[in-house]
Amino acid sequence: MGEMIKTIVFSIGSEEYGVEVEHVQTIERMLPITRVPNTPDFVKGVVNLRGVVIPVIHLASRFGLQESEPTDQSRIVMIKYGDLEIGFIVDAANDVMDIDSDTVEEPPEVVGGIRAKYLRGIAKVGEGRLLVLLNLSEVLKKSEIIQLQQMED
Amino acid sequence: MDTNDYLSLFIDESREHLQAMNDNMLALEQAPEDIAIVQNMFRSAHTLKGMSATMGFEDIASLTHKMENVLDLVRNGKLRMEEHIFDIIFQSLDALEAMLTDIIGGGDGKLDVTQIVTVLQQIAEGTYGQSSGSQGNAVKAAAATGNTDVARGMLDQLDEYQKTVILQSIEAGYRTYIIRVVIRQDCSMKAVRAYMVFESLGKCGEVLAANPPVEEIEADQFDYTFTLVFLSELEAAAIQAVVMNVSEIASAEVQTVTETELVQQMPAGNVSHRETAAAAATVTTDPVPAGKEPQAGSAVQKSSQKQQAAAQHRTIRVDIEKLDSLMNLFSEMLIDRVRLEQLAQEVKRSDLIETVEHMGRVSSDLQNIVMSLRMMPIESVFNRFPRMVRDVAKTLHKKVDLVMTGSDTELDRTVIDEIGDPLVHLLRNSVDHGVETPEERLKAGKSETGTIYLRAFQSGNHVIIETEDDGKGIQRHVILNKAVKNGLVTQEQGDAMSDDEVYQLLFASGFSTAEKVSDISGRGVGLDVVKSKITSLGGQVIVSSAPGRGTKFTIQLPLTLSIISAMLIKLGKETYAIPLSSIVETAIIKREAIRNVHGTKLFEFRSGMIPLISLSRLFAVPGFNEEEEEETEIVIVRKGERLAGIAVDELIGQQEIVLKSLGKYISNVTAISGATILGDGQVALIIDHNALMK
Repeated sequence: MGEMIKTIVFSIGSEEYGVEVEHVQTIERMLPITRVPNTPDFVKGVVNLRGVVIPVIHLASRFGLQESEPTDQSRIVMIKYGDLEIGFIVDAANDVMDIDSDTVEEPPEVVGGIRAKYLRGIAKVGEGRLLVLLNLSEVLKKSEIIQLQQMED
Repeated sequence: MDTNDYLSLFIDESREHLQAMNDNMLALEQAPEDIAIVQNMFRSAHTLKGMSATMGFEDIASLTHKMENVLDLVRNGKLRMEEHIFDIIFQSLDALEAMLTDIIGGGDGKLDVTQIVTVLQQIAEGTYGQSSGSQGNAVKAAAATGNTDVARGMLDQLDEYQKTVILQSIEAGYRTYIIRVVIRQDCSMKAVRAYMVFESLGKCGEVLAANPPVEEIEADQFDYTFTLVFLSELEAAAIQAVVMNVSEIASAEVQTVTETELVQQMPAGNVSHRETAAAAATVTTDPVPAGKEPQAGSAVQKSSQKQQAAAQHRTIRVDIEKLDSLMNLFSEMLIDRVRLEQLAQEVKRSDLIETVEHMGRVSSDLQNIVMSLRMMPIESVFNRFPRMVRDVAKTLHKKVDLVMTGSDTELDRTVIDEIGDPLVHLLRNSVDHGVETPEERLKAGKSETGTIYLRAFQSGNHVIIETEDDGKGIQRHVILNKAVKNGLVTQEQGDAMSDDEVYQLLFASGFSTAEKVSDISGRGVGLDVVKSKITSLGGQVIVSSAPGRGTKFTIQLPLTLSIISAMLIKLGKETYAIPLSSIVETAIIKREAIRNVHGTKLFEFRSGMIPLISLSRLFAVPGFNEEEEEETEIVIVRKGERLAGIAVDELIGQQEIVLKSLGKYISNVTAISGATILGDGQVALIIDHNALMK
């Protein structure tokens, strides 16, 4: 048995993803989002979370995947990573799981269209169920926003 | 004692004392004969010495001690304030400041000040002993001939009330004594011993007055010796026994004060002292060295502190974090208030509307108070400048007067924290590049001494800070040559530029006009840093100049950074806020009034053509395009002298908004300076008109 990692599990499309619970502040239902002009497509805008203005990004389009229409199940997972506070829009979030670090494997080069650098590993949980652990520092890298902005310009 | 609790207090007060000493030194330079100023300095140095010794900062204590020695000689007329003394004391002040900065930064305040200390020592010793019988030196004379006069001097310090009490006590059969207590030099906790003396005396009589004052004795700010006026029924010998009972007491002299002496004291209060009959006059083996705290000094301190206390407001020190969180809480309440107002409008119940309106008025008052709590007089920034200008001018062999006005002007604390460096830069520039050398000035028919004005005043929602010198002004060709050389502009471009445009080049990145790099300015950090700092504070800086007559820099700053009045506008479904301070007016223009010139849209406004900015295009707003409208509502905004119109869909109205940042993840969005939360909980973005008008 390795170390147990407590993980918040959410889904985008048919895939399930995990983020360590210590980086997750809250999970919110969809909030009214104010669009911020001249930002990359995956930056959906900013929301008011109890008096604090927090940017939200759509995780699917951050990974270059097809964005799905918001449903009742859609959630915003509020992340605090270092001094960055940010919301991830996901299709559903409804589970907390303990993951044995021994079951986490190196991700293959591409998983469901997502480049490996955004992933920390893949964990097998239960029968044929795979959980993709996110590498937050890569997902939240600001230099990529700037690059993307420059590409748009 | 856990000194950490007192550290911040110590830092605050030391700062104040250092500032006071700096101010006094500058005043003293103007009037070297004014002993009152020296007295003030002596007091500050003395208090600083006591505080730092208590806190365990030995270097500060020993340096201030040496300063005290010199100041003591000066105030006793034994030493004249000469140039080298000014210099060494200024150096000492700098060293003290460096040590204090070190302490603030978590250091132990250690600094090698041997050189300064040696010079101070030499100054003190060089004249020491020349005129031991000098008239002004009552204290030392007293130390040498016995302590009678010092003790008797106590009576002078008594106020009318205390004297009346003594007289009444004498009538009631009490006796008045003057007790001089000397604590042993090797005593490690003299304040405690002093306290024990008070304690035991308190049991057999009443301590009426003490020199140094009781507070100072308790704070350990005395030199092993203190004098008391004591009322008691006991005999002198008994009282002496009581005092000597306390351990580590070296000696206690008890002198009786007769009624006649008191009566003689009463009317004049300042009569010179007579020899006393009952003088015990046991000369202590402890001759007061020049710098040891002379008691007369503390007595003066006591009386002048009293005067100050009367004039001072009652204040408390509050942790800045508490103020910030108060501000945040208030901001949240403000958002709820706006929301309530909207709900009340919808519900249309008159009593609800009334209550909400009342709440609105109360919260406006509250807002004013909360904002004013964050306001600080700009004095705290200004007060270090006289010293700085003096030093810079001296280094450059120039003569400069700094005239400061409006230092009571108040600004938000955040701005105060940030504005110091840009102002330092501008003032250094003025002394270095603005004011000419005395010879040049005389040649130009000006007075030898240049003048730099530093003004602060409030103008509407802004605070204006100006630095103006009467120097040689900005020479257009010098700037242009340099700019061309640095590749900022071409010669042709430069020739076509207006004077104002040329002056703006000063703020261009990497531009430094100093023909030779000096220690004062021109160290690679140019005016561009000043400008970017001020811009980041939401302000702007303008320069104007008259060749041969001087240069003026005008800094315009917003009064506050956290709550502002803004105009809310709609573009399609989206709401944006434009700071009211930037808005000149709003208008409606017809489509045919908009003209296309070289791809730029212009329209006529007050007999001039100004550009029309299309936010819908710039922000790619879905569902709105002003070009499809017959009539467009526009908001006319100002940046410096320039105007521009912003086309909007709809004007919602004016509102107080709380500034919020967009979060770290998406900072630096074009033409958006931040966000705010509206009454309905939605986030609205705040438009940065300065970026629109580049």
